[in-house]
Amino acid sequence: MSQSSSITLTQCSRTFAGGHVALKPLDLHVEAGETLVLLGPSGCGKTTTLRIISGLERPDPGGRVHFGERDVTALPIEKRDVGMVFQNYALFPNMNVADNITYGLRIQKLSRAEIDRRLAEVLEMVDLKGYAERSIAALSGGQKQRVALARAIAVRPRVLLFDEPLAALDAKLRDRLRLEIGALLRELGITAVYVTHDQDEAMALGDRIAVMQAGRIAQLGTPREIYHQPANAFVADFIGAVNRLEVQTQAADGTFCVPGGTLRAPHLAKAATLYCRPEDIQVVPIEKAQLKGRIIESVFLGQAQQLAVDTGNDTTLSVRVSSRREWPAGSEIGLMIPEQALFQPTAPGARAHG
Amino acid sequence: MSATLKQPFGAAFFDRHRCASHRAKLTTLIALVPALTLFAAFWLLPFSRLLLMGAEADRSSGVSAYLTLLTHRQYLISLATTVTLSLAVSVAAVAIAGFAGFFLARHRFAGQSLLVAILTFPLAFPGVVVGFLVIMLGGRQGALAQTSLWLFGERWVFAYSLFGLFIGYLYFSIPRVITTVMAACDNLDQSLEEAARSLGASHWRVMRDVIIPGIAPALLSTGAICFATSMGAFGTAFTLGTRLPILPLNIYGEFTNYANFAMAAALSVVLGLITWAALALARKLASNALGASV
Ligand SMILES: Nc1ncnc2c1ncn2[C@@H]1O[C@H](COP(=O)(O)OP(=O)(O)O)[C@@H](O)[C@H]1O
Ligand SMILES: [Mg+2]
Repeated sequence: MSQSSSITLTQCSRTFAGGHVALKPLDLHVEAGETLVLLGPSGCGKTTTLRIISGLERPDPGGRVHFGERDVTALPIEKRDVGMVFQNYALFPNMNVADNITYGLRIQKLSRAEIDRRLAEVLEMVDLKGYAERSIAALSGGQKQRVALARAIAVRPRVLLFDEPLAALDAKLRDRLRLEIGALLRELGITAVYVTHDQDEAMALGDRIAVMQAGRIAQLGTPREIYHQPANAFVADFIGAVNRLEVQTQAADGTFCVPGGTLRAPHLAKAATLYCRPEDIQVVPIEKAQLKGRIIESVFLGQAQQLAVDTGNDTTLSVRVSSRREWPAGSEIGLMIPEQALFQPTAPGARAHG
Repeated sequence: MSATLKQPFGAAFFDRHRCASHRAKLTTLIALVPALTLFAAFWLLPFSRLLLMGAEADRSSGVSAYLTLLTHRQYLISLATTVTLSLAVSVAAVAIAGFAGFFLARHRFAGQSLLVAILTFPLAFPGVVVGFLVIMLGGRQGALAQTSLWLFGERWVFAYSLFGLFIGYLYFSIPRVITTVMAACDNLDQSLEEAARSLGASHWRVMRDVIIPGIAPALLSTGAICFATSMGAFGTAFTLGTRLPILPLNIYGEFTNYANFAMAAALSVVLGLITWAALALARKLASNALGASV
């Protein structure tokens, strides 16, 4: 079995014909066995980064790609030993399930017995036992993607690369396949780079997440770090919902005057804006409240209730509360934000590099 | 009670509904009348006349022209030659233009669109002009004859032979295949090739396992159209030599030289049937290949 290897990109940029810079010089290290998620809005350079790793795309001169100690910059994809899973499955339509999965093994000229053994093994892994002879056209979207996954892992690649593999599936199936992929990646212990624009997918699958913005990495960290200590406003906004409170005045003891009341956050430096997540804001009796406001919108979501609270000065806070009680629009509400739930971007304006 | 009330109402409604659909059918029929008239006048009538005429007695043998065709060496050779020539042209055109079309679809270079325009230019020529071009190339005063005369002291001439025909037919078949193949390559899903390469496939394997199966339907149907065109091509053949054993020339000869209408009709029917069968087969193969790929 070929060893899973680490991936190192050094100063990899990519400028397309016409001078369009899809990727600014980028450094990135993925540990052997780690799953790194590239997360970001469409057009931010995720696919380009993945294609540079795969060998489908070359970085601009000066950029280098290493797998472990080995410099693979000049190697084309067919020599790099990578497994790829695409959004549109990319299964060979003229071959059945078994022939698709064993394609790479046949290229490697493995013995018939070994090929059959591996086929059975991966079919079992992706829960498609009994589907070997099926034609591709007779599979559902989820099954197709599992065949594509089986095809990629059958050759035991050094790294596995995913480009939005779940984007074409409906929500239910997406959740299930996400769990299956997560379990499989842990079981295989293979180095994986996973591209997505879906933050839930990123949180669930990534050992670390690189949030990308306009051709560069805005922040690289564990899902917890990314969510609770976003490096900048872009990351905070992209990962989950976030509230902003403009600071009106700030006292030396760590008290911040914001629209609707005052908040305590001695751990924060001088700040023009305070951030907090909707689910961290608590509802308290008006007389004990740090902030007072009026509910201007109340949306019942089933598992929770989403309130929009106007605290004055054009500030609207998004608050998540229990859905057991009714929260009629128009009523007054008292809010409290625990100190540790308030944060500022760790590097305001600055871009973190991996 | 309510059921008995409902019953007649339901039936009446159903009746009215059926009336409406009858009327719709009638309207459709009336609308089709001009088309059907045209079909009958310009296709059905002449074709059935042709079919019947082929069954009449041949002028030289005195028996049914169909029978004469099937029992006389001369006609059978003609038939075999035409089919073989057309097959050879189709295969050669698909092979040559297939590669060229794939290359043109996959590479961008300066002057490319000009090259494509030049390559597809022969489509604009009628058969006579193509025949004329072949004579300029391989005729007694042609480029090849001049060159070989200068080099070896003898004139090499191929224009007035079956090979000349082959070159002429190839000439107008290639552009058609190139344009079809280019369109088919543009429609190929690039990620299939990328997936194959990620699994270690060399360029040749990608070609064999992904690209050729992917454009096979296009190759088959364009090949069949080349075949059909070559079977019926007349202008080029007529320019290059009226004595070549080719069905369209035979038909012309029987018709004008010998006034042997029965044989001309029989040959026409056979030519039409073979061409039609080739087109139908290609359509079927292409749709099968397509069905497997979706
Ligand atoms: N082959 C290409 N030629 C020109 N521009 C490209 C090409 N591929 C990608 N781009 C551009 O590079 C940028 C990044 O693209 P991509 O990496 O595909 O983004 P993402 O996968 O994050 O949506 C986009 O603006 C895109 O339009
Ligand atoms: Mg992308």
